Amino acid sequence: MLARRAAQRLAEIRQAFRHSAQASRSLSTALNYHIDTPDNNPNMPWKFSEQNQGKVKEILSQYPSNYKQSAVIPLLDLAQQQHGGWIPVSAMNEVARIVEVAPIRVYEVATFYSMFNRITVGKYHLLVCGTTPCMIRGSRDIEDALLKHLGVKRNEVTKDGLFSVGEMECMGCCVNAPMIAVADYSNGSEGYSYNYYEDVTPKRVVEIVEMLRKGEKPPHGTQNPNRIKAGPEGGNTTLLSEPQPPPCRNLEAC
Amino acid sequence: MAFGSDRGRFTEMKRSVVDKNLGPLVKTVMTRCIQCTRCVRFASEIAGTQDLGMLGRGSGEEIGTYVEKLMTSELSGNVIDICPVGALTSKPFAFKARNWELKGTESIDVTDAVGSNIRIDSRGPEVMRILPRLNEDVNEEWISDKTRFCYDGLKRQRLNDPMIRGPDGRFKAVSWRDALAVVAEVMHQVKPEEIVGVAGKLSDAESMMALKDLLNKMGSNSVSCEGNGVQPQADLRSGYLLNTGIADLEKADAFLLVGTQPRIEAAMVNARIRKAVRSNFAKVGYIGPATEFNYDSEHLGTGPQTLLEIAEGRHPFSSAIKNAKNPAIIIGAGIFEREDKDAVFSVVESIAKSANVVRPDWNGLNVLLLHAAQAAALDLGLVPESDNSIESAKFLYIMGADDLNLDKIPSDAFVVYQGHHGDQSVYRANVILPSSAFTEKEGTYANTEGRTQQTLPAVPTVGDARDDWKIIRALSEVAGVRLPYDSLLDIRERMKMVAPNLLSMDEREPATFSSLIKPEPKKEMSMTPFKAAIENFYMTDSITRASKIMAQCTAQLLKK
Repeated sequence: MLARRAAQRLAEIRQAFRHSAQASRSLSTALNYHIDTPDNNPNMPWKFSEQNQGKVKEILSQYPSNYKQSAVIPLLDLAQQQHGGWIPVSAMNEVARIVEVAPIRVYEVATFYSMFNRITVGKYHLLVCGTTPCMIRGSRDIEDALLKHLGVKRNEVTKDGLFSVGEMECMGCCVNAPMIAVADYSNGSEGYSYNYYEDVTPKRVVEIVEMLRKGEKPPHGTQNPNRIKAGPEGGNTTLLSEPQPPPCRNLEAC
Repeated sequence: MAFGSDRGRFTEMKRSVVDKNLGPLVKTVMTRCIQCTRCVRFASEIAGTQDLGMLGRGSGEEIGTYVEKLMTSELSGNVIDICPVGALTSKPFAFKARNWELKGTESIDVTDAVGSNIRIDSRGPEVMRILPRLNEDVNEEWISDKTRFCYDGLKRQRLNDPMIRGPDGRFKAVSWRDALAVVAEVMHQVKPEEIVGVAGKLSDAESMMALKDLLNKMGSNSVSCEGNGVQPQADLRSGYLLNTGIADLEKADAFLLVGTQPRIEAAMVNARIRKAVRSNFAKVGYIGPATEFNYDSEHLGTGPQTLLEIAEGRHPFSSAIKNAKNPAIIIGAGIFEREDKDAVFSVVESIAKSANVVRPDWNGLNVLLLHAAQAAALDLGLVPESDNSIESAKFLYIMGADDLNLDKIPSDAFVVYQGHHGDQSVYRANVILPSSAFTEKEGTYANTEGRTQQTLPAVPTVGDARDDWKIIRALSEVAGVRLPYDSLLDIRERMKMVAPNLLSMDEREPATFSSLIKPEPKKEMSMTPFKAAIENFYMTDSITRASKIMAQCTAQLLKK
């Protein structure tokens, strides 16, 4: 009898855990291996555009000629901006050719950094911070609001190709949590921007999305009208007087 | 409940990784992988094929190739030994045997001229796998894929019984007594100068000694070893050995490869060259048909024209050799087959002279042999009397030579094939005498640097097969020209008289005189480009040609 009850209890506990396990999240946007598709395969020709060729030269000039492989991250970033926010495998091969390393060395870098997207993203890629301070301040609600408004799942692109929502780890704006970052790939590498929208609310993110859809540029930074940058709401409350010079700083006397 | 729950308590997400397809040799069970990156380092640092990498990050990290790609290295099997957890295992050996059932026999490999040290793991009469044995002077701790996976060829296409071809063209199994009687009878019917013997590329020194003695006793001196060409230069050992030594190649800082593709011909020597390129920044110049290297190299040209330019100092690479501290020139044994080989050698020797390649403290003038038997054959003096001995043969004794041009053999010649595999030469044979393969006998081999090593029997012979030298000894008795040795010790005493270096086991006997004292060649050098000595790395001899795994490698890894 006791045994049966214990077993029952165990099953309940297990059930509870199983539920939470299903909610476990995956941060990576793609698999760690490549599957050929019509728009992403090694046979697809890929070149840096005319105006980006100059940028490639400039990036390479920043590194010694025997350490060309140092340029792999800036070049992948440039390739991502040029290719509408993601890097096809043929672009990685092109970068490998330019920095003179084996392609696998570039694949390693591109799969390591979550900022390199290896599947298609929207023209505006919305990245919700999911790290603890933002999560405490309600980043899950922000993400839910975005996903519900756009009618997509995470890492899915809207039908019009304009938006996609992803998650990122801490972007260093904890004082203005919660926040989202918007990567704008709508105008190639020329018009590329990567802006932070801080102190957002579920209502405000939807407004931001709608402004972006109309082609407007919503003001980035904190979205709380009562704050200046990372300052406290309603103006400073401490350190109001003129700053005093530090005591005992008579350097001559030392 | 007394013994706990029957269900696991692990309720988290279980991490699992997709298995990769790395080709017919390496099986992957990637969930076992602990991301130690030993295989990645091996592939990029030693094998020189940058296929593997570490993909992803954190808990999603995994080893893979990212794009669908097979591991196209001739050393790929070594990642099986390196993997600490069995994520990369041997595909042919997986689930075939437990390793406590296996008997290990320390032997050497004969599929190329390196003589890699191996351990043959066998279960009963079957070779189950081949593993490398540490020998820092020869193969370090690696072996090539051909060495490791050729063993399934030992189970297929084997010759079991002595056979005689009947008038209808079909082979009929007979007893040893009958077969030897027929051979001895025919041998006495032909003139002594029409008796010709050819040793194969897998022959051991003992059997070549016996074959040469038998033919000499019959009055013929037309005995050769395949791969050594028509008129081999056997007078000076330095003319056919890797004089620098395999291990000392690491010290070289400039290489000139003449008509040799070490990656295909001797993968372990190639690993040494790669080591020198990585650590000494050695320059590598290559003359020969276009081929792939797994280190930085310069393709200087395709034929003797480039060689002449270097000899005359007109080529930019000639200064690279002259300025090098330890220059090494490696000539491929494929050049032995050329008519003008003496002229080619003399041009190379003039380069060596001018670049000071041969010094008291450094001998950088090398020949890279192709086959396990070649060095011992030349040590024992298997040099045919005339150039076209096979064309004029009436009685041809083929001891495992399968790459002969069968059209050259006259149609009225009586052909005896002694060997372990029903390979190409069997089609022309009149009598078949089955012999044992290298895993089944004790045999002496000299590798390309002149190091004498020994195979040991790991498994019993197949069917009615006998050791090569014993067959020849028996035949001599039947033919009435009894050879004076009855045991391996006796035949080694005889070898000691001809080539004493073949008795100092596991030791390298360097050549005493340098080949720079050779007389001037008579023939002019022709300008025909050098040819590739080996077309297919995976299939070079009768064992590897019978191997299913090697056939899969050929089909999957060599397709372009």
